[in-house]
This record gives sequence, structure tokens and C-alpha cells, in this order.
Amino acid sequence: MGSKPRLMGYRRENGTMGIRNHVIILPLDDLSNAAAEAVAKVIPGTLALPHAFGRLQFGEDLQLTFDTLIGTGVNANVAAVVVIGIEPKWTQRVADGIAKTGKPVAAFSIEGKGDLQVIQEASRTAAMFLQDASGLVREETEMGDMIMSIKCGESDTTSGLGSCPTTSEAVDRWVEAGGTVFFGETSELTGGEHLIAERCIDAATRDLFQLTYDNYIKVIESTGANLLGSQPTQGNIAGGLTTIEEKALGNIAKTGSVPVIGVLKPAQAPDPKKKGLYFMDSSSAAAECVTLMAAGGAVIHLFPTGQGNVIGNPIIPVLKLTANIKTAKSMTEHMDLDVSGLLRYEYDLTKAGDMMMDVIYKTVNGRLCTAEVMGHREFTFTKLYISA
Amino acid sequence: MAITPPQFLLHHDGDNVAVAMTDLQPGTLQGRSVKEGTESTAVLNHAIPLGHKFALADLAEGDSIIKYGIKVGLASAAIKKGDYIHTHNMRSYRWEASRA
Repeated sequence: MGSKPRLMGYRRENGTMGIRNHVIILPLDDLSNAAAEAVAKVIPGTLALPHAFGRLQFGEDLQLTFDTLIGTGVNANVAAVVVIGIEPKWTQRVADGIAKTGKPVAAFSIEGKGDLQVIQEASRTAAMFLQDASGLVREETEMGDMIMSIKCGESDTTSGLGSCPTTSEAVDRWVEAGGTVFFGETSELTGGEHLIAERCIDAATRDLFQLTYDNYIKVIESTGANLLGSQPTQGNIAGGLTTIEEKALGNIAKTGSVPVIGVLKPAQAPDPKKKGLYFMDSSSAAAECVTLMAAGGAVIHLFPTGQGNVIGNPIIPVLKLTANIKTAKSMTEHMDLDVSGLLRYEYDLTKAGDMMMDVIYKTVNGRLCTAEVMGHREFTFTKLYISA
Repeated sequence: MAITPPQFLLHHDGDNVAVAMTDLQPGTLQGRSVKEGTESTAVLNHAIPLGHKFALADLAEGDSIIKYGIKVGLASAAIKKGDYIHTHNMRSYRWEASRA
């Protein structure tokens, strides 16, 4: 443990580096889920990504759906994409956005043909994409070639004491090795947002961070709602967390000590030449947040949990770690790393960081994480407002 | 490195709440601060589960609750040293509508 093995990944046409090799069947809208899932049944080994939206959205909300769909297709863990939509125009728009990377992509639309003909045509293309993708060979890579994302969930007080500081070690090591990391969960900085502002690399970044944070919180506070049970969640409260401020400081404990070099919109990819720690404006709901970060280009995700979240993602491995001994024992099939020994002083944070990196390296090189083994593929869109 | 596992942890010296590291019964407990490594004892007044908090000082209603060396809420009722602290006697100071 602690010694770094050779890291091997899939180099994509545009130079990005992936650690998985998925051929995805991407529905543009809810109406196309059935055809997409049928194609994935006809051609086992491809992966359908059903979701709930894509119809009659407009403005910024529609743009975020496009960005999420295109970003998912563009992600370096994806080898090739079949896009299926009810109407041709938006379907082609998403396919064209993905095709800019140079990766194989094909678009099919259902109106005027029906599901059965589309399933037949799309299955032929999916078969070809899958066979071609299976012939791709991993090549040597480094952390600097890849984007990692972090987000915690079903947190409790052990998160801020153990699993988040362990994640923090990994964040610092990843960035110091030249890599990029995303963190987010805008509302979950409340009470500690000044700590993030202080870490912003320059005034422009700090101002953008503060504006982004203020805008998100304005929406929440304008409702006048009692958020107990929502943020913090009932699970957080059951785990001993009482206020948003207490939860936020535990959340922030996972963000490392490196500067925040940029602020990203939801699902936005960073400038590939500027590597380091980025804040992505995002919901604190696990699946929404991880979906946005994967659409922004993250290829691996660290997920500290206290009470035991079970989340996964269809295209990126989500590694879950806990410092809660009860969770580590009762939910073994969902946990990739138990760092509860940190709180018993059986080892120090440097050692916990070594243990984390060891799991990361194995996952990069192809070992399945628990979420992949358990078939957790939460693909959840962030909706900004009502549809037309 | 190996030491006796602490029964409670506080993040920083000076925090006025501590976190239970196992399911705890009332009585005198051994703990330490994570940042400074200072060992201490505290008397717990109530049984509390793993991960839940108790007071390290007497607090009046409206007093700040400090964890990580930072204000994380307010006492919403008078709290005695050693008392269990959660939504029944602590609330957010940022989201005033968020209370039990």
C-alpha cells in the first residue's frame, strides 16, 4: 500500500483520458427511454441512460439539459454514443455536440418511424460501436490527465472527523500531481462559505464564487421554508448533525487545502490547460451533483458518507468511504473504504490518505467499485424551473 | 501512534461541543481534540448514540455553539455542561426558519 502502480486509461480522440470504456445509448427525452433501453437489451454490453426530462424545457433550463446530455456523451469514460430522441432536430443537436470530440456518435429519431424500426437501426450501429470500443487498448496515464470529483452524502458527524479529511488528503495529492478536482454543493457551504472565498486564487474568482453562492441561497431563502429534514436531511439529523452550518463545515473538510482556481456553471467543463481545484455550482442532492460533475468531465468520484449513501453513476465510478463503524459494518456491499480506524487513532490521516489512493489507483486501472458491482447508475438531471 | 480509542472527540480546543465516538452512557468520559491532540475528560448527563453531541460548557439561550472553532448554531434553550445537544436545543443562525 502507498506505492503508486502504473495507471492505465483510455485516450480519447480529443486527448482526454478515461478509465472506463462505455458505449452508451442516450435518450434525448423521457419518451425515448423505452427505445434506448430496448437497444441496450438487444446489444448487451451497451448501456442505456434513461432519464425523466427533455421535453418542453426552455431557456437556461433547456440549455442545462443539453449541457448535461452532451457532457455525458463527451465524458472520457464513454467510447461511443447512440442518441435517440422523439424529434430529429434536438436529437441531432446533442449528437453534433458530442461529435465535436471526434468520438463515434449516431443520432436516431422516432417520429415517422416508430420504436421498432429505430431499435433495429440503432442496434446495428450500437453493435458496431461496441465491437470497435472493445478493441481499444489502455495506455499509461497520470493523475494530471484526469478529472476527479468529490461530493459527500448522508453525512453525519463522523464525516467531518474522518471520511471528509481522508478525501481532502486525496484532493491535495491529486492536484499536487497536476490533476483537476471538482467540488460543489452550493447550499452546503452555508456558514463556511467565507472559508471557500478565502481560498479563491484571485479577486475575480472570489467575486464569481460569492455571486454564484449568493444567487443560489437567495432562491432557497426566498421560500421562507423550514429546511430541517431537507438540508440537513433526516439522515444527517439521525447521524447527529443539527444545523446547515455544522454540516457545511464537515462538507468543506473534504476540499483539500489547495487554492480554488475557478468557478464552473453546472455541467461546465473547465479549461483543460488550467488544472487544479474548481467549484461547480450544483445541488447538494447526490445523484444530481454527480451527474453534473460527470457531464463536466470527471472520470472518477470520491463520495464520503456517514449514515450510508448507496449512490452510483452510469459512466463514472463513485467510490464511497465512511468513518462510521456502524455503517462500515452494516453496509459493506456499498462501501469501498472503511476509515473508522482514524477515529480510534489506529492510524493517522496520512495513512488514511494512502489507503484512499490505493483504492483510487485500483479503480482507475479497472477494478469495479461497489456502486458498479451493485448496479447503481443514478442519472439525474438538475431542473432549474418549470417546463413550458 | 496507537492510543486508547477516545470516547469523544472535539475538533478544536475551545469548541463547546464534543461528538460521541461510540454509543455512550452517562458518566465520566475520556476524549481528545483532533487538531491539537489535547486529552480531556468530560461528564455526560444523558445516554447518546455514536455521532451525537454534548455540551462541554454551560450555555444560555442564544449563546453560540462552536465546533471546528467556528460558530455552527445557537442554543435555542438553556443547556447545561454535559447535556445532549441536538435539534431540541440548538438551531441554525443562518436559516432562522429552520428549527424543530
